[in-house]
Amino acid sequence: MSADRWIRWVVKPIVFLAALVPFAYLAWRAYHGNLTADPLTKVTNDTGIWTLRFVVVTLALTPVRRLTGWNALVRFRRMIGLFAFFYGSLHVLTYLVGDRFASLDFPDGFVALSTVRNLLASIWEDIAKRPYITVGFIAFVSMIPLALTSTKDWIRRLGGRNWQRIHRLVYLTGIAGVTHYWWRVKADTSNPAVYALIVALLLGFRLALSLKKSRWLRRPAEVGA
Amino acid sequence: MPLAPCPYNELMLLKPASDIRSSEITDKKVYLQRREFIRAAAMTSIGAAAGTLGVTQAEAQSWPRVKIAGPIQASGWGKGEKPNAYEDITTYNNFYEFGTEKDEPARNAHTLRTRPWTVKVDGMVAKPADYLLDDLIKPHALEDRVYRLRCVERWSMVIPWVGIPLASLLKRIEPQTTAKFVEFTTLNDPKQMPGQRRSVLDWPYVEGLRLDEAMHPLTILAVGMFGEYLPNQNGAPIRLVVPWKYGFKSIKSIVRIRLTDRQPVNSWQVSAPSEYGFYSNVNPERDHPRWSQARERRIGEFLMRPTLMFNGYGDQVASLYAGMDLKRNY
Repeated sequence: MSADRWIRWVVKPIVFLAALVPFAYLAWRAYHGNLTADPLTKVTNDTGIWTLRFVVVTLALTPVRRLTGWNALVRFRRMIGLFAFFYGSLHVLTYLVGDRFASLDFPDGFVALSTVRNLLASIWEDIAKRPYITVGFIAFVSMIPLALTSTKDWIRRLGGRNWQRIHRLVYLTGIAGVTHYWWRVKADTSNPAVYALIVALLLGFRLALSLKKSRWLRRPAEVGA
Repeated sequence: MPLAPCPYNELMLLKPASDIRSSEITDKKVYLQRREFIRAAAMTSIGAAAGTLGVTQAEAQSWPRVKIAGPIQASGWGKGEKPNAYEDITTYNNFYEFGTEKDEPARNAHTLRTRPWTVKVDGMVAKPADYLLDDLIKPHALEDRVYRLRCVERWSMVIPWVGIPLASLLKRIEPQTTAKFVEFTTLNDPKQMPGQRRSVLDWPYVEGLRLDEAMHPLTILAVGMFGEYLPNQNGAPIRLVVPWKYGFKSIKSIVRIRLTDRQPVNSWQVSAPSEYGFYSNVNPERDHPRWSQARERRIGEFLMRPTLMFNGYGDQVASLYAGMDLKRNY
């Protein structure tokens, strides 16, 4: 089997299934009523942390590829990125249902226009008022255009350069995601600190790379002068 | 309701000493063997459970539940409140001394040795002393108190505590007239409390009450729940319960009670002064900087309930704060 087919038919499906394990585990525990005494909070927290983990892996693929020369990694970028979006969507969904919806008044019953209105108002209020929700919202929203333009068709339509520019939004996702986590925890910031360090290293790597590149580009001009 | 002079006795867990005939007393060798058998059985089931994905250790490491010896007076508090499930109350805990995740105290608190247990009573009192736990509790009648507990994190439970009014203890140790506050301290021993190996909070955990809050009839020192001794993860062997304040005020595993004329600086205030104050009364009008306190999720329910001022104990305690700006004194 050629390397290409090996990746497509063996490695990718394995990575795909592996990326579904956190979801399957949550589902399994939910089925067995084994998600702590406050399952909605547990699911919100767990999906949140998995979102951040997948964002970090996405951000790590390029630096690791550069350092190891293992170029096949680029073929996993879209899948891992989409899994980040998948877990991010679950995270937002549980927040919307378990936190925003569940804390509403229902003056006209559940199925009513006022429910929709109150829900939207309550979401907006939270985003506007609570900084950790604001950055969390930014982190999630920044993933939407990336998910939407993740297809080959969109790369063609936008042109590689434009597409790449748009997909630099993932840097914002990483920074906002870590900030969201940091501002969320109560006292124990050791875990957010680890993620912050990793994201800083991964973005720092890119920064160093681009600085090096721009200096390298300038050099012939200097010689010519 | 019979009043036992000694409702709490560590040597005779199941009955007052006078009620036990010598024929009932199990030979030491036999009960040690029994314990060994139970331990072995428990280890086997833990092993089996660990093999089954998803069964948490907290469930596997179930505690021996021991009924409190002697009578417990009914207090009438909590009529109409349905206590939460024992399982939920004992596996969903904030007790950072054993880890910051909710399920960690249930998994880690087995390292805490609750007997013998000494509580230092000092500061501005007529009778400062190191009290053995039994000597501290014994002179007072145990009471059932079913209270709502509102965590600052927006969840709540109903817990059937067993304890004594803090006021009766304070009267016995006789605070001096200059004393204005009571300061409580949790055990500080990273060997027993592995969470203390990391400086998540400034150990030991400290809490405090104004003397009139401490003397309030609702304030209790709890030694049990559900008619049984407290499980370690719930603050064994003795903890404070102040039902109109956020849960973190109800300090666990107390080793020191100090009377003072200065307002104690409680641990959460040290950690985040803009978020947690000294009073920490349950107040739906005063948002936590990061979330609204208007509602709470009662554990086991989906829709959140409106949070009540003073956690619904306003009729009893509002007068303590007459004229105070409770948004500023959070």
